[in-house]
Amino acid sequence: MAEAAKAKDLLFKPIIENNPIALQIIGICSALAVTSNMKTTVAMCVALTLVTMFSNFFVSLIRNQIPGSIRIIVQMTIIASLVIVVDQFLRAYAYDISKQMSVFVGLIITNCIVMGRAEAFAMKNPPIPSALDGFGNGLGYSFILLILGFSRELIGSGSLFGVTILEKVTQGGWYIPNGLMLLPPSAFFLIGFIIWVIRAVKKDQVEQDQFRITANSRVSDAF
Amino acid sequence: MFEHYLSLLIRAVFVENMALAFFLGMCTFIAISKKIETSLGLGIAVVVVMLITVPVNNLILHNLLGEGALAWTGVPALQKLDLRFLGLLSYIGVIAAMVQILEMVLDKYVPALYNALGIFLPLITVNCAILGASLFMVERDYNFTESVVYGAGAGIGWALAIVLLAGIREKLKYSDVPDGLKGLGITFITVGLMSLGFMSFSGVQL
Repeated sequence: MAEAAKAKDLLFKPIIENNPIALQIIGICSALAVTSNMKTTVAMCVALTLVTMFSNFFVSLIRNQIPGSIRIIVQMTIIASLVIVVDQFLRAYAYDISKQMSVFVGLIITNCIVMGRAEAFAMKNPPIPSALDGFGNGLGYSFILLILGFSRELIGSGSLFGVTILEKVTQGGWYIPNGLMLLPPSAFFLIGFIIWVIRAVKKDQVEQDQFRITANSRVSDAF
Repeated sequence: MFEHYLSLLIRAVFVENMALAFFLGMCTFIAISKKIETSLGLGIAVVVVMLITVPVNNLILHNLLGEGALAWTGVPALQKLDLRFLGLLSYIGVIAAMVQILEMVLDKYVPALYNALGIFLPLITVNCAILGASLFMVERDYNFTESVVYGAGAGIGWALAIVLLAGIREKLKYSDVPDGLKGLGITFITVGLMSLGFMSFSGVQL
């Protein structure tokens, strides 16, 4: 029982409660650049989840053999090899998507989620829980990315996966697309609002003030 | 010729700003921008590392990995070899090694700067902006001189952006922000607005 509960925790905790993007502030770079349409978003989510899961698994397998002083390089090599596999696979079977994502496939290597989980979790835990942790964090990342991709493509170009949902004015329909959503800055605003929503529900995530602002004093106090 | 390099530099700093137009190096960008001094130190470290790694990776691409790049060895079997699939692994290796060497050199000859940069130096290895600059260099097929200029420009752009953000955040901590937006949330929205501002540079014709 305890085993199953722990596995469930590893898998689902990172989705809302300990979300890598919204709370741990890691892995943001790619979240912004690839989410202007659903196709690249989904490809990125799948790629990152797989890489995180397998890198955690392999790092954890050899964690007792890695000398402490060169562990970063060893982890890098494992991650880079996995990313090369993903990159070559995309080039072979989904060339269009691979072209659209351009350098961001390669940048999975330096995605802090992969490195961060390898360093923080896989180095201290056995292979199976590590793989689950990697998968869970991948899901947490995908959760935010899919929300971003969904709203950006739907509002920005009135379609999902390239299929028209809202008929655009230019095609004789009624929907006037909001061009801002296709521009990268919109992703920042959306993430900011997602964080706001999560923290409105989970009050314990709210950050403390660095400075306390005193409430306005009454006029009579001033004299 | 000079104009070409100048326009490349200006484009890399403003129009194609690494942080605000491509969103690279965001993790450190947001995590280490609470104070101007630390962000300035980090910015300088990024400029130095980029200035070294982009040209070195360029040399590696053109002399070791590219199609027919091994022709200089004179061995017939190597002449048609295309090793570009090993690119990612070698670039990140070069970056990790360069950061390590830079750390040792600074420690020995310029201890003041070494102490000022502290923990940021090793962290730079996993800064996506550094690897990103190398990958853009490969994608756009820059030659050696162009890659030097591009490395410098990309680094300066990133440093400029993080110092600007730190300046805004230092003032922002005195303001009254809604509870859920405190800290991270408002920082994202600030960066979004800065990025909108930087988009106005994209109309600049060079």
